[in-house]
Amino acid sequence: MAHYHTYILTCGGTGCRASHSPQIVAALQQAVDDAGLSDEVKVIRTGCFGFCEQGPIVKVVPDNTFYVSVKPEDASEIVREHIVMGRKVERLLYISPETGKHVPDSRHMEFYKPQMRIALRNCGFIDPENIEEYIARDGYAALGKVLRMKPEDVIREIMASGLRGRGGGGFPTGLKWKITREVQADCKYVVCNADEGDPGAFMDRSILEGDPHSIVEAMAINGYCTGASKGLVYIRAEYPLAVHRLQVAIAQAREYGMLGDDIMGTGFSFDIEIRYGAGAFVCGEETALIHSMEGRRGEPTVKPPYPSECGYKGAPTNVNNVETFANIPPIILRGAEWFASIGTEKSKGTKVFALAGKVNNVGLIEVPMGTTLREVIFDIGGGIKNGKRFKAVQTGGPSGGCLTEKHLDTPIDYDNLLASGSMMGSGGMIVMDEDDCMVSVAKFYLEFTVEESCGKCTPCRIGNRRLLEILERITAGHGTEDDLKELKNLAAVIKDTSLCALGQTAPNPVLSTMENFWDEYVAHVRDKSCPAHRCRDLMSYYIDPKICKGCSLCSRVCPANAISGVLKQPYSIDQTACIKCGTCMDKCKFGAIGVR
Amino acid sequence: MTKVKSIEELTAMRERLRAGMAVRENGNHPEELPQVRVGMGECGVAAGAKDTMREFFAKLAERGVSGVVTQTGCMGHCDAEPTVEVEMPGCEPVMYGNVTPDVVDEIIDSHICHGEPVRRLVLTESVVGRNIKS
Amino acid sequence: METVKLTIDGRHVEVEKGMNLVEAAASIGVKIPTLCYMNLHGLGYGNGPGACRICVVEVEGRKTLAPACKTSCTEGMVVRTHTPRVVNARRTVMELILSNHPKDCLVCPKNGHCELQELACSLGIREVKYDGEVTSFPKDMSLSIVRDMDKCIMCRRCESACNELQTVGVLSAAGRGFHAVMGTPFGESLQDTGCVNCGQCVAVCPTGALSENSNMADVLRVLADPAKKVVVQTAPAVRAALGEEFGLGGQSVTGRMTAALRRLGFDYVFDTDFAADLTIMEEGTELLGRLKAYLDGDRSVKLPLMTSCCPGWVSFVEKNFPEAEDYLSTAKSPQQMFGAVAKSYFASKLGIDRCDLVVVSVMPCVAKKSEAARSEFSHDGDPDVNIVLTTRELAQLIRQFNIDFTSLPEENFDMPLGVSTGAGVIFGVTGGVIEAAVRTAYEVYTGRKLDRIDFTELRGTDGIRSATVDFNGVPINIGIAHTLGNARKLVKEVVAGTSPYHAIEVMACPGGCIGGGGQPYHRGDASLLAMRATALYGEDADKNLRKSHENPYVQQLYDEFLGEPCGHLAHELLHTSYYDRKPVVEECIYSIKNNG
Repeated sequence: MAHYHTYILTCGGTGCRASHSPQIVAALQQAVDDAGLSDEVKVIRTGCFGFCEQGPIVKVVPDNTFYVSVKPEDASEIVREHIVMGRKVERLLYISPETGKHVPDSRHMEFYKPQMRIALRNCGFIDPENIEEYIARDGYAALGKVLRMKPEDVIREIMASGLRGRGGGGFPTGLKWKITREVQADCKYVVCNADEGDPGAFMDRSILEGDPHSIVEAMAINGYCTGASKGLVYIRAEYPLAVHRLQVAIAQAREYGMLGDDIMGTGFSFDIEIRYGAGAFVCGEETALIHSMEGRRGEPTVKPPYPSECGYKGAPTNVNNVETFANIPPIILRGAEWFASIGTEKSKGTKVFALAGKVNNVGLIEVPMGTTLREVIFDIGGGIKNGKRFKAVQTGGPSGGCLTEKHLDTPIDYDNLLASGSMMGSGGMIVMDEDDCMVSVAKFYLEFTVEESCGKCTPCRIGNRRLLEILERITAGHGTEDDLKELKNLAAVIKDTSLCALGQTAPNPVLSTMENFWDEYVAHVRDKSCPAHRCRDLMSYYIDPKICKGCSLCSRVCPANAISGVLKQPYSIDQTACIKCGTCMDKCKFGAIGVR
Repeated sequence: MTKVKSIEELTAMRERLRAGMAVRENGNHPEELPQVRVGMGECGVAAGAKDTMREFFAKLAERGVSGVVTQTGCMGHCDAEPTVEVEMPGCEPVMYGNVTPDVVDEIIDSHICHGEPVRRLVLTESVVGRNIKS
Repeated sequence: METVKLTIDGRHVEVEKGMNLVEAAASIGVKIPTLCYMNLHGLGYGNGPGACRICVVEVEGRKTLAPACKTSCTEGMVVRTHTPRVVNARRTVMELILSNHPKDCLVCPKNGHCELQELACSLGIREVKYDGEVTSFPKDMSLSIVRDMDKCIMCRRCESACNELQTVGVLSAAGRGFHAVMGTPFGESLQDTGCVNCGQCVAVCPTGALSENSNMADVLRVLADPAKKVVVQTAPAVRAALGEEFGLGGQSVTGRMTAALRRLGFDYVFDTDFAADLTIMEEGTELLGRLKAYLDGDRSVKLPLMTSCCPGWVSFVEKNFPEAEDYLSTAKSPQQMFGAVAKSYFASKLGIDRCDLVVVSVMPCVAKKSEAARSEFSHDGDPDVNIVLTTRELAQLIRQFNIDFTSLPEENFDMPLGVSTGAGVIFGVTGGVIEAAVRTAYEVYTGRKLDRIDFTELRGTDGIRSATVDFNGVPINIGIAHTLGNARKLVKEVVAGTSPYHAIEVMACPGGCIGGGGQPYHRGDASLLAMRATALYGEDADKNLRKSHENPYVQQLYDEFLGEPCGHLAHELLHTSYYDRKPVVEECIYSIKNNG
């Protein structure tokens, strides 16, 4: 029998696949075969490692060597040097931005040190398409344990753990289960909300791609607790890899008797079906999601009634998000007390964030609740790209708020984020630097929500559109002080009157940037200038005649022929012809071109 | 048929499958386990380091002892290949020379299981098994 | 009845548990403004998507404002309906709606009847602060209905009417966000969809987005043409509702209506009720024929006989259940019987060519406009009924002609086509056609005179009703449905061969023709329909002649012209045939589904 002493784990997540990770896996396997080591070294394609900034990732265990930005042609060298010769391939090791030195293994990387992986416990560790690897990691043990408990006791355990919904709402998970359990009905459903819609967010996708069985197991546990025998996963069709891994997982779970009739001889029956969404953001809202699954228009309805009482096809339906479910098996196995010991007073456990934007280490991270924004951005994230100054961080997806320097030391949890004018949301975290115009940022997010509004209620359908139009006016230099006043009023009314959370939170980026960056708004309106030089209509390029050498390069690269002059004399830009592309400034060797 | 028919069967299956996961699991916390590093430079390989490494795997598994066996480059004792470094939790590493497969079991028994380095094979006497804390 | 106590605007109120805040407030004289909300529970359906957000109120302990129409009263609730926060939100929402609504109120078909206009007025909106993009959609019209979606405010009332009440399923929300609008399947023109022209969407639309296809101009043109003899017929339900337009609600205004029509310039003012009596002669004879054959053992005979007076219903069968066409009575509707008789019998009496005789009908219905245009109802290209007006259009004409309706004298219809029995009158209310048919069929079948003319067991407002009438020892089972949603249930039984009835009466509109799509807007007040029904039953009771076969002019018509009921000429003039009219698109989908 093969006895593997070394494993080569390669990220098979969507991001790394786009950078040829399947070819890397194939090349590694080929190299291992060629070296005659196929009985000793196993190449495994795993889920996401999280360090997407540097993907594709190849990790060699047990020494945890962490190779970054690997290409298929690097495979033979990794096997030859590292596996055969025992020498790490230095050029592929991660270089710490702080010390400038190679970091030989992942356990010493700043990116991983502060992290704590509960929901992501198996991502980047096991082969997600192999149920046996999951079982070897205590997979389905929680289900086995639960099936010997009373459902009420399981729910009590979940309630005691303090787990709250990870999809954004933060509703206590155990309480939701309890409500669904207590509604009397012949037929109930468990729904996994995998309709991850926040731009730049991919925690749910990564969990499904890296550890699909954890969701299958948790849904079965939920089914046992609430009295449902049918589970539905609502997943967007544009997540083909996650869909595939989930399909494989469901099929294997059926084969191994973890789904189906009379699970493990306990008499409990449960099965899961996949439902595909067309990718409407609003379908992440649970009532809209249910309508979409029913074949109706994907739009929310007024709550109450909550899905726990009247959901899919009118039956009591427990809807939980992917990450919420991923936390369930560890809570069952390690106990509520353990889980509740992690995090802050009202937010327990960990949270997965998709760290993105102007930060050095873009990727997927999981940290205990209560970790500060500073730790996330500057320790894990490695600080701001290109040595720029931190300006703001947007949490909670398109409907979250922008937090600033003064919030950096706030421990992250549901309540603190809300109190700071933002929200947890599903865990998007986008970092902005000094070059970002906050009015434009607000406009960008609003463009998204306006696009994604279902159009059902007036404030969201028309109000957010009008809000966006005001921002468009402001960034185009046509804003008035009345516009600023109206922006505030309209945003407040939309928050106050919209039907669902999408509408109610859509003005958040506007309100929080107005709160924290009022001066920028005023500058746009009163001075008609954009302090970050981002708004094209409010900026102009100029050539400093004292520095310009008259080399003519700028005039030659200008696509609009807006720059003219006489050789060896200062050139000038015709502002009426300039299209503000910035090419001249990039190309000028003397730094003579500036923007104001 | 792979169908699991009872919770006991699942437990049994997990125990069976766990061995295959041990190398990866242990890699998460090697400092808590005995670590064995086999010098696999060209000199080591030529002297049979591969067989030595295989023997470590086999004997550790036979005894049911958890340990992290990795390979490393040439450790500079090309005259005494195969060379192996053994590091017990909380102790400084001990380097052995001429570790042919037939002495592997002795090292495991004496050093890894009973904390007593096999002195006749040790290459650098000065630091033998000194507890860092003491 | 379980009740709850709550406080609204500082006043204590005790209401039935589960009642919404709009109704609870109304019970103490607080009129919370609404727009999308429509309580038509009296008609068996309602509309309350909670979408317009006009009815928002403050509920203590709630973070955001609550839509009163979708908020159930709970014990101890404290509600405020006009705080500055509420008023500002409500006005802002209203301004938002108006910012995307055409400002052509003066020439809008809904001018003077527009709920949006009234609401803007009562909220005191004097300016709309917001400008920006205004949505624009192509206009669409069928022969019955005009859709101007620029005026749609997404209240979804038409969707409820079309889908829940009528189960026709043509109108539903399409598109997203700012561009969301009520659309048809695949954006087809109404003409090409499954629309049956019932006009219930028009009846509930609060704005000018849906209106009847007006034919007032056509009428004015023929009235001004000296070469034409213009006759007018008025359907029974018109007289019960026309008065509402002139402050004379709740009464039959037959005499004044007749006087008004004369003053409009019609040469002869006749009554569709005459044709209703004629319909009973034909349809009753047909029913007896089928019954007799059935009782004689002929199992191939199509029973139950389904009435065919209602063009919405006929169209519904043709578009949805073409396999049930043979169960429909072949008798034309009263409107078309009248047209056929007028253009033959009456034209020859006048000694003029049928083309010089113009038949105008006034109907409570928009489907009648489409019915009149059917090719099978014309002779050499000359339609039997030239122009169809709705009750609303007639009211507008009366105003245009400077007629003070209230001071008009009561006048009689002209002879001979203006005489009717009480049986013809009750055609306008659900159950009336079948009651009229039973009155005649009973006497013809049994040869005995009825002791009791009022078949109250056939009356009422339940959506589906059934009764058994004893025909001399033969029990005749009768089914009655109003609204197409209820009709669908009965016709499904017919198709399945499980229908327990011998005869079925269907009216597409709630309450029958009195609730037709061409009637004055009921605006959610179901009690209006009850008053109209009472008015018709009252007029029936006041008549000397109450059985169709007793109508002397009908008898004269058979003697002089038609011969036997269901005889050769009667068949040619008074009967029709039906066609499979499944919409093309649905046919295509059907064939794709079945043929791959």
